[in-house]
Amino acid sequence: MRSGDQSALAELYDRYSSVVYAVALRVLGDSGAAEDVLQEVFLQLWRNPGAFDAARGSLGAWLAVITRNRSIDALRRRRPETDIEDVIVSVAPDLAAAADRSRVAEKVRGVLGSMPVPQRTALEMAYFEGMSHSEIASKTGEPLGTIKTRIRSGLLALRKAFQGG
Amino acid sequence: MTEHEQFAEDLALYALNVLEGEDRVQIEKHLATCSTCRVELEHLRGDGALLALSTVGPRPPQRARQRLLDAVAKEAAPALAQQTRQAGAPIAVGARRSWWGVLGWAATAAILVFAASLWKENAALRQDVSTLRSLFGQQTVELEQARNVASAITNPGGERFTLVAVKAPPQPQGKAFYLRNRSNLVFVANNMPALPPQKAYELWLIPAQGAPIPAGVFKPDAHGSATVVNPPLPAGAEAKAFAITVENEAGATAPTMPIIMMGTGE
Repeated sequence: MRSGDQSALAELYDRYSSVVYAVALRVLGDSGAAEDVLQEVFLQLWRNPGAFDAARGSLGAWLAVITRNRSIDALRRRRPETDIEDVIVSVAPDLAAAADRSRVAEKVRGVLGSMPVPQRTALEMAYFEGMSHSEIASKTGEPLGTIKTRIRSGLLALRKAFQGG
Repeated sequence: MTEHEQFAEDLALYALNVLEGEDRVQIEKHLATCSTCRVELEHLRGDGALLALSTVGPRPPQRARQRLLDAVAKEAAPALAQQTRQAGAPIAVGARRSWWGVLGWAATAAILVFAASLWKENAALRQDVSTLRSLFGQQTVELEQARNVASAITNPGGERFTLVAVKAPPQPQGKAFYLRNRSNLVFVANNMPALPPQKAYELWLIPAQGAPIPAGVFKPDAHGSATVVNPPLPAGAEAKAFAITVENEAGATAPTMPIIMMGTGE
C-alpha cells in the first residue's frame, strides 16, 4: 500500500504541479522560492490527504488556493496563516467539471480584461500580492470603502462568469 | 440581514487572507456562529481560485519531482481510512479520509487505470506464484528423493554390498547401499552383459531368514551400467546379502533362475 500511495502522489504531482508552480511563481517572482512552495504544498498534501474533501469540488482549485496562500505568506514573511485543513474551497459546477484548465484560464482572463482597470488592479494586488485593503488604498489613493467594494464585486464578477455555463 | 451586509465585503477580504486587525477579529467571531457566511466564504475562496487558475507559466524544473518523491519516501505513509470510499459520499465527522477522497472523480479515472494495470500485473504475478508453488512442490519431492539416495550412499549406518560375477570375466560389478531403517536402497551396476530381449536382471534382498525379497528389475544400458533406486521394500527388512538373477522382463516374485551375482555386507 505504501508504494501505491507514493504512486498516487506522483500521479497528482504530474497532473497539478504545473498549476501550483505557476501560481507560486506569479506571486513570488522567483523560481527557487516557487519550487520550495511547490514542494511544501505537495508534502502537506501527502501528510494530510484528508484535508481536501472531494465532495466539495475541484482539487486543482483547492491546490491553487493553498499555493497562493502559502506563497503570500512566504512573500510577506509571515507565519502560515491557516492550516490547510481549514481551507474549504467551493467552486461552480462548471469549473469543477472542466478538464481543460487552459479553457478556464482563458475565460478568467477574459473577465479580467473586461473589468474596469481600477477594479482589476485592486483585485490583483489583493490576490497576487496579498495586500490588505488599507495598503491598496494608500498605494492607489482610493478610499478604503471603495477598495473593499471593488474587491468583492470583482470576485462576484468572476463567479458569475462561471455560473450557468 | 444587516449583519450579513455589513460583513459581506469584509468576508471577501477575509477569503483572500487580507483582512487585518479588528475587522478580522470581528468577522471570525461572526463566522463562528453563522453558517450562511461560512458557506459564502467557501464560494469567495472559489472565486479567488479562478484568479489563481488563470496564471500561466513555465513548468517546474524536472528535479522538483524527484525531490518530492525522495522527501516522501523518507516519511511514513499517512494513516489511511479502513475502507476506501467514493468521492462525494458523506463521511462521518472526525473520520480519517482515504486517498480516494483526495483524488475526486477527475483524477480517479487516471488512478483506476493505473490500479487496473497494477491489478493485471498482480494477476500475472499470482499466476507465476501458483506455477512456482507447484514447481516448488515438485522440486520438494525430487529433493526428498535425492536426499534419500544420498543418505543411502553416504549414511554411515548404511550397509554396502559388492556383487561380483560368480563366473569368469568380464567383471560385472554391483554395489548396493542399503539403509534399513528408512528402507532406502541404491544399487549401481557396471559391466553387466546385455540380455536377450524380454529378459531382465532382478535384484533380490536376501534376508536372514525367509525367501529372497524382490528389490527391483533392471536392464543395463549400452555400457553395461544400471541403477536401481529405492524400490519398494518391506520396512526394516534385514539384509544378509543381495543377489541378482535373470528373469523375464516383468520380474518375478521369487527367483526362477540361478543367482548369478551375490554379495554380503562389508
